[in-house]
Amino acid sequence: MTGRKLEIPPVAFMKKKKSSRFKEQAIRSFFFTCGILAILALAGIFIILLATAFPAFKDISLKEFLGSGRWDPTSPEKAEYGILSMIVSTLLVTSGALLFAVPIGLGVASYLSDVAHWRVREVVKPTIEVLAAIPSVVVGFLGIVLFAPFLGRLFHLGNGLNALNGSVLLAIMALPTIISLSEDSLNAVPSSYAEASLALGGSRWQTLVRVKIPAALSGIIASIMLGMGRAIGETMTVLMATGNARSFPHGLLSSVRTMTADIAIELGEVPYYTTHYYALFGIGLVLFLMTFAVNMVADIILNKYQQRER
Amino acid sequence: MNFKKTLWAATLALGLAAGSGPVFAQKKMIQVKGSDTMVNLVQILAEEFMSKNPGSALAIMGGGSGTGITAIINGTCDIATHSREWKQKELDLAWEKGVKPRFFVVAVDGLSIIVNEKNPLDKMTTPQVGSLYRGEIKNWKVVGGPDKAVSLYGRQSNSGTYTFLQEHVLGNKNYSLDVKEMNGNAQIIESVIQDEGGIGYVGVGYLFDQNGKIRKGIKVLNISKDASSEAFSPLDKQNIDSGKYPISRPLYEATNGKPNAAVAGFLTFETGPEGQKIVEREGFFTISEAHKAQNDKNLK
Repeated sequence: MTGRKLEIPPVAFMKKKKSSRFKEQAIRSFFFTCGILAILALAGIFIILLATAFPAFKDISLKEFLGSGRWDPTSPEKAEYGILSMIVSTLLVTSGALLFAVPIGLGVASYLSDVAHWRVREVVKPTIEVLAAIPSVVVGFLGIVLFAPFLGRLFHLGNGLNALNGSVLLAIMALPTIISLSEDSLNAVPSSYAEASLALGGSRWQTLVRVKIPAALSGIIASIMLGMGRAIGETMTVLMATGNARSFPHGLLSSVRTMTADIAIELGEVPYYTTHYYALFGIGLVLFLMTFAVNMVADIILNKYQQRER
Repeated sequence: MNFKKTLWAATLALGLAAGSGPVFAQKKMIQVKGSDTMVNLVQILAEEFMSKNPGSALAIMGGGSGTGITAIINGTCDIATHSREWKQKELDLAWEKGVKPRFFVVAVDGLSIIVNEKNPLDKMTTPQVGSLYRGEIKNWKVVGGPDKAVSLYGRQSNSGTYTFLQEHVLGNKNYSLDVKEMNGNAQIIESVIQDEGGIGYVGVGYLFDQNGKIRKGIKVLNISKDASSEAFSPLDKQNIDSGKYPISRPLYEATNGKPNAAVAGFLTFETGPEGQKIVEREGFFTISEAHKAQNDKNLK
């Protein structure tokens, strides 16, 4: 082998180097293109949403769109395009989901990073991550046949198709993100922090709550924001489980319709290029801006945290 | 070397795929799309038709009457099924696009009003049902029922049933915003079974279980036109035929212009004696003589 290598004349050697440099350049521009494509797709989606939503405001005042709670575009009396109750419903279901997911998620993450035997962790963590792979339609199905009747009986309601039902299901869907990322950031806390705390006589509980969690806080907050982003955008589960009443929600036990569910219900039958059609894109735009803001905040927090770790 | 081998394999695979493409080409499928109320019925009719006519192929899809009508206007289906009449807007749009719809009545549906079996009410008037769904009456007490809050269940706005009830029972007024909008007939029935204060509207075909009995847990109300007339049950075919039951409707199929031979074959089967026997077995009502005459005219 070595003998053969020596036989290569210097010119050919140079040539090969040149071609490999070319190859490297090609690969580099390929990956650059891939990166640009993702940005182009995002920009494209945003521009299409903006352009298609814009004509809606020729007929609807921005004040009615964002300030009124009455949405009835197919009304035979007078078409109304207020999305406030849907925005509130989306926020209600999402914050309800966080109410369940944050304490449970943080608890599981602390257990995995501080209490569990490493063998337990090796089994439990991947299992939790599998939870993220369950299709949302399956979760919604469980909501209809399992949780809704249960909630109905628990609160003596006729039915359990309400915001609470959606919140519980979305919490289940947001948990894997929250647990996995929180556990990672708890583990990333330098062990010297915990050792110092223990050496000063702090109990394991005190070390966890007063040292490790504050140290990992930015990672934990970022994980919660990412879980929240998923909950806001989730469609199928809430469409199936929350009852889809258009009225303004009175609390977690009212039947609600989220923005995503409304788009899914109405986009299939809407006559194209009408005010109703444009208004649905308007809802899409509001939704996009909300998830964009949440993800942006998560990213900023996460960045800050990574810089500090360095 | 390895790279070259991979390249060869890829070329070979591509060539094979391209060459075998036409072999997999599908024979022409008749696409049927539209009403969720009709999807089960048309599916069974199509299966029967396909088993009697080997070589024919139909694909049946739901989505709501509006979805089917939009599809035939856009040319993405051959037959649109719809449980309501076309709106003027839709007719205008069709003409604008050069689509000339022809309508066929394949069955008649009595829209039934259901309540939980624990509700002591047996009958209501059409205006009462309208007030309930407009949200004007919020307690069962007002219509002679128990002192219990009314819990409304309905379909989503892409459903022909939603529009039909709005036009014929609500007097073209807005639905109450408190109506819980379910994904389909079956989900309405399941919800009313669980909810003692519940009321729902579904096609008669969905009221029966596999043994042909009315589903347990629900009660089908008799409906009268107004307070001074007699109430009739939608479960009796005579009440539908004679028009005594106030909330009934024809179920339509629409084609673009004169149906071609394959589509006409299916339509003839549906509206003929064999098809109508299936219609009856599935819990819908057979078509009247007047409907038959109209169908025959549109087939030619």
